Amino acid sequence: MPPVIQASGVRKTYGRTVAVDEASFEVNEGEIFGLIGPNGAGKTTTMECIEGLRKPDRGTIAVLGLDPFRQVYKLQNRIGVQLQQAQLQKRIKVWEAVDLWASLYQKKEVNGEHLLEQLGLTDKRNAWFMNLSGGQKQRLFIALALINDPEVVFLDELTTGLDPQARRAIWDLVRGIRERGKTVFLTTHLMEEAERLCDRVAIMEHGRIIDIDTPGGLVARHCPERTVILETDVLSAAERFKKISGIVSVTTIDNRITIRGASEDLVTEVIDCLSENKIRVTDFRTILPNLEDVFLKLTGHSIRD
Amino acid sequence: MMLRGLWKLTWIEIKVFMREPMGAFGTIGVPVLIFLVLGRLANNRLASPSLVVSSFSRAGVPVLMAILIAISSVLSLVTIISIYREGGILKRLRATPLRPQTILTAHVIVKLLLTAATLGLMLLAGKRYIPSGVHVPWFSFTVALLISTWSILSIGFIIASIVPTARFAQPIGAVILYPMIAVSGLFVPIEYMPPALHAVAQVLPLTYAVRLLQGIWNGDPWSAHMSDVGALALLFLVCTALSAKIFRWE
Repeated sequence: MPPVIQASGVRKTYGRTVAVDEASFEVNEGEIFGLIGPNGAGKTTTMECIEGLRKPDRGTIAVLGLDPFRQVYKLQNRIGVQLQQAQLQKRIKVWEAVDLWASLYQKKEVNGEHLLEQLGLTDKRNAWFMNLSGGQKQRLFIALALINDPEVVFLDELTTGLDPQARRAIWDLVRGIRERGKTVFLTTHLMEEAERLCDRVAIMEHGRIIDIDTPGGLVARHCPERTVILETDVLSAAERFKKISGIVSVTTIDNRITIRGASEDLVTEVIDCLSENKIRVTDFRTILPNLEDVFLKLTGHSIRD
Repeated sequence: MMLRGLWKLTWIEIKVFMREPMGAFGTIGVPVLIFLVLGRLANNRLASPSLVVSSFSRAGVPVLMAILIAISSVLSLVTIISIYREGGILKRLRATPLRPQTILTAHVIVKLLLTAATLGLMLLAGKRYIPSGVHVPWFSFTVALLISTWSILSIGFIIASIVPTARFAQPIGAVILYPMIAVSGLFVPIEYMPPALHAVAQVLPLTYAVRLLQGIWNGDPWSAHMSDVGALALLFLVCTALSAKIFRWE
């Protein structure tokens, strides 16, 4: 099956600023693909080139086999779009927006009321846009992005500015979109969001894509080191941990032992070692690397800087 | 399919506009009120049929009001477009199969309907100030105003293309449009203006709108004003072509 999105060598400049620099990637059918990186990395520009809203200076893009710039109207009938920081008319009612959007597409119509119900907006259907909360607005934008039963859904910084509870609710909705067999392309600067939601991610910085893989794959390749920290009175324990395969270092400060190792089984092996030797511990913690660490390793700085 | 979208969008824009607290009253109510006040003043001064009453009906108050209605429609368009651009509403609409020109057409239709409604209310409310002997070509006058408004709306799109933020839309639009009234020939006939102003008046679109409206109000046939209609049409074409080049969606 050909990829749903194919981008190769995409470049976009604004004046002398290079927003996107030779970006190449593919998105497969039915996956949630995340473009991650700090604000200003070029994620939105990349996404808007793919949606046909911007024309790249160089490079080729195909979405569902269509050229997003030349066949933009054909494409827009088959994709759903949620834009970063978009607004609607202040005093448009929720049902009016859904009704308007439904009238714009040629495709088989999705039942708007049913969609509002799925997104928990039924009791807000007569509310003005300006009176919705941030989470409700985002859910409405998701409804508008799904109104034409699209094959690919684009979500740009979907949960920015939402509280953790609303964010989790939105994540569930996005997983629901994938379960209906749709492809999701999203951007986020939240590593936790990418880790929990995406099947594959592309890390972007200064307009360049640095690496692409599953979140787990990226962690395994770039930050395989795991850490176990435990506290024990048994002073000889440190010597025993050093015999575990793949161990990188064992350091002891007072009665706290920090064990670092590159093996995936590090935690299991430490636990086995503890039980075999009947070592009594008063504390046991693990530090597992995540995308945040991968980003730090690849770029030399934290994504929040 | 796109017609359905156009109709839906137009209808929603009308509803959204009527929900603005100041929208309906400010754009429809104020011109009607001013017209009534001016009519009353003219009537109280002297018993009819007096010079003042005839000057009210003949020498330009209805035309002035009509022009004010047109300008207020245009300013309202400029403001809405710039607010929509700043808020990303235009961009969100453009990310649908809606053609950009469909979005702008919907706004033009809303403004033309608004203009016609305001004019209708104004003439209805002020009917008694127009002497019974004077025949007013209501229908032609409305058509003339719609042609003028349509043409001036195209200037509105250029203004909407250049205003940096929504906050400046109304004042910049007002500064560009209102002074045009002064040299439009409404207060001082163009023939009596100094040559420099005369030349300026010749290139300003309101001059043609005023001449068309005055003529139609006073009973001229359309054939006498084809050059004015032509000038307004030319303005529309030039400004539309220009704004298509410079218009920014975000």
